[in-house]
Amino acid sequence: MMERSRLVFSGSGGQGVITAAIILAEAAVIYENKNAIQSQSYGAAARGGSTRSDVIIDDTEIFFPKVVQPNILISLTQESYHKFAAIIRPGGLLLVDSKYVKVETKVDARHIALPMYDTVMKKIGKPIVFNICVLGALIGVSNLVKPESILRVLETTIPEDFMDMNKKALDLGFEMGEKERR
Amino acid sequence: MNNQNNITFVQGNEACVEGAIYAGLNFFAGYPITPSTEIAEHLASRLPQKGGKFIQMEDEIASMAAIIGASLTGNKVMTATSGPGFSLKQEALGYACMAEIPCVIANVQRGGPSTGNPTHVSQGDVNQARWGTHGDHAIIALTASNHQDVFHMTVQAFNLAETYRTPVILLLDEVIGHMREKLVIPEPGELPVVERLRTSVKKGVDYHPYLPREDGRLPMSDFGGEHRYNVTGLFHDMWGFPSNDPKVVSELLRHLVDKIETNVNEIAMYKEYWLDDADYVLISYGSSARSAIHMARNRRARGVKIGVLELQTLWPFPAEMVREKCAGAKAVIVVEMNMGQVVTQVKNAVDNPHTVFLANRVDGELISPSDIKTLLRMIQGKGV
Repeated sequence: MMERSRLVFSGSGGQGVITAAIILAEAAVIYENKNAIQSQSYGAAARGGSTRSDVIIDDTEIFFPKVVQPNILISLTQESYHKFAAIIRPGGLLLVDSKYVKVETKVDARHIALPMYDTVMKKIGKPIVFNICVLGALIGVSNLVKPESILRVLETTIPEDFMDMNKKALDLGFEMGEKERR
Repeated sequence: MNNQNNITFVQGNEACVEGAIYAGLNFFAGYPITPSTEIAEHLASRLPQKGGKFIQMEDEIASMAAIIGASLTGNKVMTATSGPGFSLKQEALGYACMAEIPCVIANVQRGGPSTGNPTHVSQGDVNQARWGTHGDHAIIALTASNHQDVFHMTVQAFNLAETYRTPVILLLDEVIGHMREKLVIPEPGELPVVERLRTSVKKGVDYHPYLPREDGRLPMSDFGGEHRYNVTGLFHDMWGFPSNDPKVVSELLRHLVDKIETNVNEIAMYKEYWLDDADYVLISYGSSARSAIHMARNRRARGVKIGVLELQTLWPFPAEMVREKCAGAKAVIVVEMNMGQVVTQVKNAVDNPHTVFLANRVDGELISPSDIKTLLRMIQGKGV
């Protein structure tokens, strides 16, 4: 039986953190036969500021749908890192983008800073797939779901012409993440 | 929406849409409002696919009026809204009660009063669902705590609307409406669907729209079709014509209330968790029931005899059932996100109202398992 995974995705509106959270949870439910819940904080502001989406993945039924203490925190901006780093579960995992977040090792968590944004810009040149690269890195480190499951969700949600770019972004992230897996 | 073998990963509002389609919805009129908007948004694409009609009206009042008209002409109808829109619909909702017109009104609750707290959760409209429109009347209101149940309760809402010729309120909340989880869409025939009961009176023969059959049900005739008849919000006779004859008035009002209140046990839907030997009974509904079940499951693992009664029918309030389930309890804790609406009903229902407590949260955040645990410890005399 897997341990319950509680994730908080955080960043700035427009980075695709909420989309990434939905894709991960959907992949877990539809292609890996797990239970998952995704929720997000809604506010009046749509752009800028910090956005947050919670995902819980487990084999057993999930009742309370919110994450109080994430064992995995993904932060893609300095602001969201500062806002949420303190709630991470002791011994948890913190994944940040090294361009956007300067990590201060104040919390008891494994810190992984990867150049996800820079790699996407260098190898693909389109920031739109940054979130998919983050997702690749996340599952590379954590083994939460298989990359094929993510690809199958993408195949049903994005236009065919964009698939190659997304697959490449997922692979780039996965390679970076896998090197950090323990 | 993605799906494989009918397994989908959707928002609660989409589960409501799929349940409505399954139940045979073919006319929706609405006006978008957070946090219900996704219901209208998805129906705008889903309904035309199956030959139904979607119309965005100029406001909530017109939306309610439109579904009443469409129902009379033979359609299964729904509108969706949230607090401020639900307030606007109350007058026409009373008309649907009086004229006995089947319709479903989804209210995805947010914080109120007034425009309140649009993007945050609340369960403050429970009493509005019961008494929002004026005058003596009975009403059916259903709720759900997960997407499978949202689907099921939506189908039930349509079934009860047709069976009892009444508006049925689907009282969801922001957390359930917006969060995403698994929904398995049942095969056709897996859940019962009640179709419109139409009159067998032939064209040219007198049809009495408000003359009940022996079983108390009122067969309908599609308005504008084979029979001419009158529909009014005034008290009316069996022809549908206005009347203030005391006998007609009294009989109709008693009929409107009795057709629902005498069937309270038929209409009552609920779930129970670990109630058999429970010293402590949590009563909850909607998203707050998820926190109650989560907390009870954790306490059970530590040996506390605690269980949960999850209400799915809020109105008519299943008082007899609640009294029975609470009979052996040392304490009953009602978990809801308002200043105490269902707790009042529970106190009226049980033998020992002084053992009933309210665990609530009204700040727009989902009540948490630890919020409930704090109250339990105080009741147990353990302190916090």
